[in-house]
Amino acid sequence: MSRYFTDEHEWIEVEGNTATVGITDYAQSQLGDIVFAEVPAVGASLSKGGDAAVVESVKAASDVYAPVTGIVTEGNDALADDPALVNSDPEGAGWFFKIELDDLSELDGLMDAAAYKAFVDSL
Amino acid sequence: MSTLNASGWRPEMTENDVTTPSTFTGNRALMLEEALIFEIGDEHTTGVDLDAAPSVQSRLGGMDRNRGIGLPGLSEPQTVRHYTRLSRQNYGIDLGFFPLGSCTMKHNPRLNEKVARMKGFADVHPLQPQETVQGALQVINELAFWLIELTGMHGVAMAPKAGAHGELCGMLCIKAALEARGEDRKVVLVPESAHGTNPATAAFAGFTVEDIPATPEGRVDLAALKKRLGPDVAAVMITNPNTCGLFESDLKTISDAVHAAGGYVYCDGANFNAIVGKVRPGDLGVDAMHINLHKTFSTPHGGGGPGSGPVVLSEALAPFGPIPYAARYADGSFKLVEEESAGEEHPQTFGRMTAFHGQMGMFTRALSYIMSHGADGLKQVAEDAVLNANYILRSLEDTLEAPFAAFGPCMHEALFTDNGLAEGFTTLDIAKGLIDEGFHPMTVYFPLVVHGAMLVEPTETESKAALDQFIGALRSVANRAKQGDPALKTAPHFAPRRRLDETLAARKPQLVWKEPELPIAAE
Amino acid sequence: MRYLPLTQSGRQAMLAVVGAKSVDDLFVDVPQEARLSGPIAGLPMHASEMAVERHFASMAHKNMAAGDHPFFLGAGAYKHHVPASVDHLIQRGEFLTAYTPYQPEIAQGTLQMLFEFQTQVARLFGCDVANASMYDGSTACWEAIGMAGRITKRKKAVLASGLHPHYVNVAKTMAHFTGDTLETALPTLDVDTGFAALADSIDAETSCVVVQYPDILGRIGDMSALAERCHAAGALLIAVVTEPVALGAIKSPGEMGADIVVGEGQSIGVGLQFGGPYVGLFACKEKFVRQMPGRLCGETVDAEGKRGFVLTLSTREQHIRREKATSNICTNSGLCALAFSIHMSLLGERGLRDLAALNHAKAVQAADRLTQIPDVTLVNDSFFNEFTLKLPRNARDVVHKLAEKHVLGGVSLGRLYPGISELENGLLVAVTEVVSAEDIETFAASLQEVLS
Repeated sequence: MSRYFTDEHEWIEVEGNTATVGITDYAQSQLGDIVFAEVPAVGASLSKGGDAAVVESVKAASDVYAPVTGIVTEGNDALADDPALVNSDPEGAGWFFKIELDDLSELDGLMDAAAYKAFVDSL
Repeated sequence: MSTLNASGWRPEMTENDVTTPSTFTGNRALMLEEALIFEIGDEHTTGVDLDAAPSVQSRLGGMDRNRGIGLPGLSEPQTVRHYTRLSRQNYGIDLGFFPLGSCTMKHNPRLNEKVARMKGFADVHPLQPQETVQGALQVINELAFWLIELTGMHGVAMAPKAGAHGELCGMLCIKAALEARGEDRKVVLVPESAHGTNPATAAFAGFTVEDIPATPEGRVDLAALKKRLGPDVAAVMITNPNTCGLFESDLKTISDAVHAAGGYVYCDGANFNAIVGKVRPGDLGVDAMHINLHKTFSTPHGGGGPGSGPVVLSEALAPFGPIPYAARYADGSFKLVEEESAGEEHPQTFGRMTAFHGQMGMFTRALSYIMSHGADGLKQVAEDAVLNANYILRSLEDTLEAPFAAFGPCMHEALFTDNGLAEGFTTLDIAKGLIDEGFHPMTVYFPLVVHGAMLVEPTETESKAALDQFIGALRSVANRAKQGDPALKTAPHFAPRRRLDETLAARKPQLVWKEPELPIAAE
Repeated sequence: MRYLPLTQSGRQAMLAVVGAKSVDDLFVDVPQEARLSGPIAGLPMHASEMAVERHFASMAHKNMAAGDHPFFLGAGAYKHHVPASVDHLIQRGEFLTAYTPYQPEIAQGTLQMLFEFQTQVARLFGCDVANASMYDGSTACWEAIGMAGRITKRKKAVLASGLHPHYVNVAKTMAHFTGDTLETALPTLDVDTGFAALADSIDAETSCVVVQYPDILGRIGDMSALAERCHAAGALLIAVVTEPVALGAIKSPGEMGADIVVGEGQSIGVGLQFGGPYVGLFACKEKFVRQMPGRLCGETVDAEGKRGFVLTLSTREQHIRREKATSNICTNSGLCALAFSIHMSLLGERGLRDLAALNHAKAVQAADRLTQIPDVTLVNDSFFNEFTLKLPRNARDVVHKLAEKHVLGGVSLGRLYPGISELENGLLVAVTEVVSAEDIETFAASLQEVLS
C-alpha cells in the first residue's frame, strides 16, 4: 500500500489495482469549512487530470481532479450527510472515491509524502 | 473625532455605561424581534374581506383541490405590524449612506414612485389593443430616445429585465450578427476583473470564455488582448469604467482592434453613472451596452430587484435586437413591433426574450428621473459622483492601501485593499465594524484582482457632510483593524443580528419553514 | 438640481482636498476626443417636479386604465384587487431602497421575508423548496428547461401546445443559442389539453415535458399520468402556472408529480403595469436544489444563537461559479416577491380559497351569459377564471370594436398567434373578482352588437 500526492492537492492510496482518492489536509485548510462535496457516480470513467468531484465552501467551489485514469468503483456516501468529514479527517474518513486504475504507470509522475510536504512548504 | 459627528452624540456619553441588561421579550426598545408568519398566523384568519361567491356548478373538471395548502393568514393590523417590524431590521438608502461599489445606491426620488403609480401606467394590461395604450408606448419610446442620445448609439432593446438579462441580450445580438455573416466564432474574451455575470452570460449564450489579464495600473492589458484576437474571437466584454473604478483609456483602440479582427465589443454599463452626460460609449466604438436603470437612473433596488436592463446597440447590431419594441410613426402614433409585424419591420431579430414588453414600471421611473435632471443635470450627476469618489480616495489613502491611487484619479468608486491590517484582521472585519457605525458597508472582496478588496461608491446624492462622517468612521474602523482591536473581530455588536453562521446554513439547508416536531408527551 | 446635495463652495473645498483645479481634471483618463465639453446637444435641460408630473399625466391620460372599464383580459397577466396595505408596506424605504441582502446582519427584514415567500411558494405549488424569485414567468420557464437539461444530461424538451406562446418563443430564442431541441405545437380550439399525446412523444432523449396549468386556453389538465410517463423515461415534468390564484381551487402540480413548478406571480400583490415588473416563481423537489437557478435564502443562527437568515448555496451562482454557474441571474424581483408575500399573508389559506371560488363562480356566470349570444361557443369543458370563446368572425377585429365601446373584452388568439387562421376566431376571456355583474352584462351586450 502506498500513498501518492498531486500538485492539485489530491492524495491517492493504491492497493493492487484499486485506489482511494481524497484531498489533502493542506487543501481542506485552504478551503475552510466544507459545506458540500459531490463525488462521482459508480461506473463513471475518469481520465487523469479531468474533473472528478466538486468540493464547496461557503464562498468557493473547487473541482477535484482525477489523479489517474480509471473507472469509479465506489463514492463516499458519508460526505453527503456530513461534508465536514473533509475538514476533520481529510486523509481518512473524508475520502472522496475509489477507482480501478487503467494504467499503474500513471502513478510514476506523482509525489510521495516527503516530496508533497516540500511542495506545500514552497507555496 | 466627535467634531465630525453632527448627530449630537459624544463618545464620553457611554463612559459610565453599565452592562446591558437583557429583556423579557428579547426586544430592545425600538428594535423589535418578529416571529415568522407561520408562527403568528393561521389558516382560518384572513385580512381580506371578499364578496360571497355566487352559487354555481363547478366547472373545474374534477380537479378540485382536496388537500390543505398550509398558508397562514393575518388580519390587516397584524400584517402591517409584521412587515413594519421586518422593515426596521433592514438598511436602506433612505436611512443612510450605502456605498456599495458597482451597485450605484443613489437616492430614489419619490416623484418617480408617484408617476409610476398613475393608473394610466400601473393599471394597464400588456395585451390591451394598442390604440388604448398609446401613452404607455410613448413612455417606452421617449425613454429609448434618451438612452440612445445619452450613449451615442444607434438603437436600443428595451425588453431585458435586469442587467444580466441585458448582457444576455447583447451577446445574443452578437451571436445573431455572426450567424448572419455565416461565421461560427466561439471565443469571448473577458478581463479577469470582470463581474461574474460576464463570463456566466457568455457561457449561457454558448460561447467559450477566456480571461485577459490586467496591467499593474488596473486596466485591460492591451498588448495581451491584441495578441489573442483572431478569427475565432466573437467578442470582447469590457466594463467601462471598470470594476477597479478606472476609465479604460484604451477602449477606442481596443474597439478598433476588435472590429478589425471581425469581432464585436460588448460594454458592461453597470458603471455608466460615472460618465452619463459626459462621455458617450458610442464614440468609443462600443457595439452593445446594457444600462442598469436601477443603478444609473435611480429606480429602486427593492432588496434585490426588480431591475431593468435596456441594451443600446450599434448600427451593426441593431437589426438583430429582440422583439417587441415601441416604434413611433410620422403621424405621432406608436406601435409595438411584435411577432406579427416583425417579419416586415424587423426581419433579422433574434426573437423574444421575455413575455410582454419589458419593465414598464421601471421605464416610467427612469424617464421621470432623466427628465428631472435633463442633459445639464445628468452631466452634473457624473461630475459629482466622480468628485465624491475622489474625495473619499484622497481622504483615506493615508489610512488604507489604495492600489491604483498613484496612477491618477478614480472615476465613480474608490478601491482599497486589506494590506497593512493586524494579523488575523480582514476586510470583513472592517465591513462589520462599519455596520456598528451606522453605515452599510462597501462592496467587499470584489474585484478579485486585488487582495481583500473594498470598493466604495458614494454616488452623487451624498452631501459633503455625509462623506466626512463616513471618512471619519472608516478611518476609525481601519485603525482599529490595524491595531488589532479584538472587539472588531466580533462586530457588529449593535445590529439586529450578530455574525450569522453561513456554514451551518449551507451544510444543512433549511430553505422553507417546517412545523417544529413536537416532543412526544409522556403519559 | 433638487437631487444633488453638493454646493458650489463644497465642490471647491473638495477639489482642493483632491488636488484638482476643476472637475474636468478628474476625467483625464477619458481621451480628449471622447470628452463632451457641455451638456449633450439637442436634449432638454432639467425640469421641475411639477413639469415632469404634468408630462406624465398627459401620457397616462392617453391610456385606457383597466379599472375604469369593463375588463376581461388575462393570457398571463391578471387584474386582481390588491389590498391598500400591500402598496403602503412595499414603499417603506427600508424595503424599497435596500439592496440584495449581502450583509445579513442589517438585512434580516428582506431575508426573513424571502424565507417566508419561499415557503409560501413551495406550499402553493406542492413542492419541497422554492427560490427567492426570478424575473418573470417566461424566463423562469426557460430556466426550468435549462435546469432539467443539467439534471438529465439530455437536450430535448417537449413543450405542450397549451403553453403561453410568449413563453414558447422565449424558450425558442434561448434554445437556438444553446443548441437545445424543442418540440412545440400550436393549440387547437378543442377541449383536449393533449397531455396523452405528449406522453407518447417522450423518448430516451427527452429531458423534460413542459405543460401549463391551467393552459393558455384556460383548460385544466390532470398531469398525474403524464408525470408517471416522464419519470419512467427518465425525463422531468415541468409545470407552468400563470395564474397562481387558481391553486386556491385546484390541485397543485406538485401533488400530481411535477418535478419543477414555475409560474408568474403577478396575480398576487403585483399590478398589471403594462407587463412588468412581474415576479417569477420557481419551485422544485428537494433533491434538485443544487441545480436551481437564482438566489436562495436559508435559516441559520447568529453568534449569540439567535435565529437568523442568510443567502445560501451561493456556489451555484455567477459571482462564484462564473462560466459554470447555473444561471447568470443576479438581480431578481425582490420587491415584487415582497408584494406577493404580503398579499398572500393577508389572504391566508381561507382568503385564497375564497378568492379562487369567487373568481371561478364569476367566470362560470360570464361563460354562461356570453354563450347565450348567437354563434358564440365555449371551447373549454373545464376552466378556472379564464376560458376561450369561439366567435363567428375574426376575434381581433371584435376586440378593437369592443374597445371603441370602452369595453376591454379579452385577448384575441390572433394577437397571440398571428397568421394562424384556425385560431383567429378564438377569444380568451378572463373573469376575476373585480368584474361585476354589470360588467358582464355590458360586455355581453356590446359583443352581441359588434357581432350582429
